[in-house]
Amino acid sequence: MDEITSVFVTESREQIAALESALLQLENSPGDDDTLNAIFRSAHTIKGGAGVIECSYIVAFTHVVENVLDRLREHAINADADLIALLLGCADHIGNLLGVLESGAPGPDAELAADGAALLARLQRDWLSDGGRGTGLPSVPPVLLEASGGGAVESDCWHISVRFGADVLRNGMDPLSFLRYLGSIGRIVHLETIADAMPEAAEMDPETCYLGFEISFASGADKAAIERVFDFVRDECTLNILPPHSRLSDFIALISTLPEDSMRLGEILVRIGALTQDELEDGLRQQTAAPAGGVESGEVPAAAPQPIGEILVERKVVQAELVDAAVARQKQVTEKKAAEARLIRIQADKLDRLIDLVGELVIAGASVNLLAGRTGVGELIEATSLTGRLVESIRDAALQLRMVQIGETFNRFHRVVRDTSREMGKEIELSISGGDTELDKSMVEKIGDPLMHLVRNAMDHGLELPAAREASGKPARGRLELNAFHDSGSIVIEVADDGAGLNRERILAKAVERGLAQPGQSLSDAEVYNLIFEPGFSTAEKVTNISGRGVGMDVVRRNIQGLRGSVDVSSEPGKGSRFAIRLPLTLAIIDGFLVGVGNAAYVIPLDSVVECIELDQDGGARDYVNLRGEVLPLVRLRQLFDIQGEPPARQNVVVVQYAGIKSGIVVDQLMGEFQTVIKPLGNLFRNIRGIGGSTILGSGEVALILDVQALVQRCASREAQRADGADAGRAFLAAAVP
Amino acid sequence: MPARRKNPHKLAIGEDLTIYHAAAQKQQFIDALAAAPEQLDIDLSGVAEIDTAGFQLLMLVKREARRLGKEARIVAHGEAVRELIEFYNVAADFGDPLLIPAHDA
Repeated sequence: MDEITSVFVTESREQIAALESALLQLENSPGDDDTLNAIFRSAHTIKGGAGVIECSYIVAFTHVVENVLDRLREHAINADADLIALLLGCADHIGNLLGVLESGAPGPDAELAADGAALLARLQRDWLSDGGRGTGLPSVPPVLLEASGGGAVESDCWHISVRFGADVLRNGMDPLSFLRYLGSIGRIVHLETIADAMPEAAEMDPETCYLGFEISFASGADKAAIERVFDFVRDECTLNILPPHSRLSDFIALISTLPEDSMRLGEILVRIGALTQDELEDGLRQQTAAPAGGVESGEVPAAAPQPIGEILVERKVVQAELVDAAVARQKQVTEKKAAEARLIRIQADKLDRLIDLVGELVIAGASVNLLAGRTGVGELIEATSLTGRLVESIRDAALQLRMVQIGETFNRFHRVVRDTSREMGKEIELSISGGDTELDKSMVEKIGDPLMHLVRNAMDHGLELPAAREASGKPARGRLELNAFHDSGSIVIEVADDGAGLNRERILAKAVERGLAQPGQSLSDAEVYNLIFEPGFSTAEKVTNISGRGVGMDVVRRNIQGLRGSVDVSSEPGKGSRFAIRLPLTLAIIDGFLVGVGNAAYVIPLDSVVECIELDQDGGARDYVNLRGEVLPLVRLRQLFDIQGEPPARQNVVVVQYAGIKSGIVVDQLMGEFQTVIKPLGNLFRNIRGIGGSTILGSGEVALILDVQALVQRCASREAQRADGADAGRAFLAAAVP
Repeated sequence: MPARRKNPHKLAIGEDLTIYHAAAQKQQFIDALAAAPEQLDIDLSGVAEIDTAGFQLLMLVKREARRLGKEARIVAHGEAVRELIEFYNVAADFGDPLLIPAHDA
């Protein structure tokens, strides 16, 4: 895919998102002019872009949508729920078409094309035809309703209009050969020879070419390919190419720019099937009917040729309109330029490369630092520490480039919530907060699916039907919250509902049935709730369209764990439940805290480090310490990783915190802060718990990065196990902690 | 089909209708048309090759005939001429009977 196409796809996807959110907005405030204009603009921008890259199928589809939007904008029809649903469907279809374009296929496959045709047919039947419903202003003559320059003409052929220059024959070029060649890239459906330019016999020079042709051309080729046919005579011919389903106004503009008599040309166009008689008359009538806004024929005929017969006597009106359109267009261009100045589009892989380089720079910097320290030269050490600080700033700035706000991801759910609530007959209000919280772009892309699952789950299982809600004294309208915030080096994304909450008994019963828990085992609420993340667990009594197909929460958890994150659920019966996804801010570089055990070095993410304390000599045997009156469970790395050798006389405890739970990691040495470039472990080590990755130290040695989350959970579950004190607990843990 | 008028004037073109002969042939056509009292029968059976310049001449003679209130008819033609007339889609305009080869029909 070339660059311009990929830019078009990206921008169009943004436009679709904008279109969608504006449509949803329209639902609440139908008839709001600003919203209507925004919707129209989005569709129009997509169509314009598609025209530039000559993607005819997107142009053709968007064009009809645009016509409907235009009628909407003119308040000729009113936006009701049906129309909005239909337009949302159209937006989806445009998205699919973009997918087709992206995949490099020449056009949509039969199924997609049929979908598109069905949508268009509905638009045409219900909203574009004059007899259609929703025609809010029946007194307005129909011609005004289609004042945007007319609907798409019916013909699905290219229209090529060519006038050969006088000298082509003399220069040894025969129009015939170009036209024959044209036939090789498509099918000439109809060709009309125009010899009007030929003077009377006396003046006629037999070596001069007087011919022109109007051609109706069926081809899958794009405009550039068609133009290439005429490359050799490009300077010596007047070539106009109209894509299939061009606007009537484009044809009218073409007619008026051509030298021949307009009425005759119109007839010729009808004859070759480019226009139907009705379309021609319609188009001409519309021109005189002083269209109200929206006409944007690219060419303003500078010196208007003869008026199109007597019909175009009111030529002035038309021209003023066209000039207005041209001014509006220029303004649009300027606005777009201004917006471009604020944003630069960069290909993601360039950014990735930059981050890679910064990573290497950090590693190399660490090495320089180490060597400088060994020399003991004060000035050198000072210089390297300055460099080090700058590298750190560069790192932060580079990572910042990848950060995007999560709001956009959240906003997608407006649509999902709207559609789903309708489908299920529930009333749901979506409230979004923390949309400006930033996280790594690669995360945003990957978090979409799990988030979608949680949202659907909350709507399907969490929120009750309005009647049930009223019966339990809650407002009929359910509330779904999406929230995001930063918390100690992680981003937390919450999905909360005020529904019925999780049913503890049912989950437990199911868990026992599946062998995930033992009957009679006493489990805390949190433990029970988290059972829903176990594979194959679905509490829905019936499988609905939305969720409950068995591919459930375990997939969500696995996806999130794949991002080095975690997901937790809390719930209160009758009040609702809250899912919290916790993700690291970035996947590439972190601030680490370097510790040593035996000969090896380990990195603890600095964000999770709370403090460091010295381990009492006598505390050597216990697995917990008294931290200012708090019990702090300990993880002994020496034991955990089975490291040989005697521990030093004084060991240290690094107190880490994750998701509100503290624990201590017992190490030999504290070696200080260290910028850590995360290198993933190979596939072989993927299932190792407690290690999050590796990094390279300045000395060239490899240090393992500790997965604080796993270590803390290990501590927490050990505590829980101890509290249970029963064998049953161990059996549960064996199943619950994979 | 209108009844054939009497003593049609005949013009047979023996060489190719291409730009190389266009100037001379134009004169030939115009002269023949001027000489013909009412009707000019043009025999193109000897034309093996025709290009756009030649085609323009045919258009010219047709139009000129109409202007003068006469009739110019192509009474015989070869494959090349037929093909071109069909390609340029003027068969209906010209109104001459075209001989369609059997394998095409």
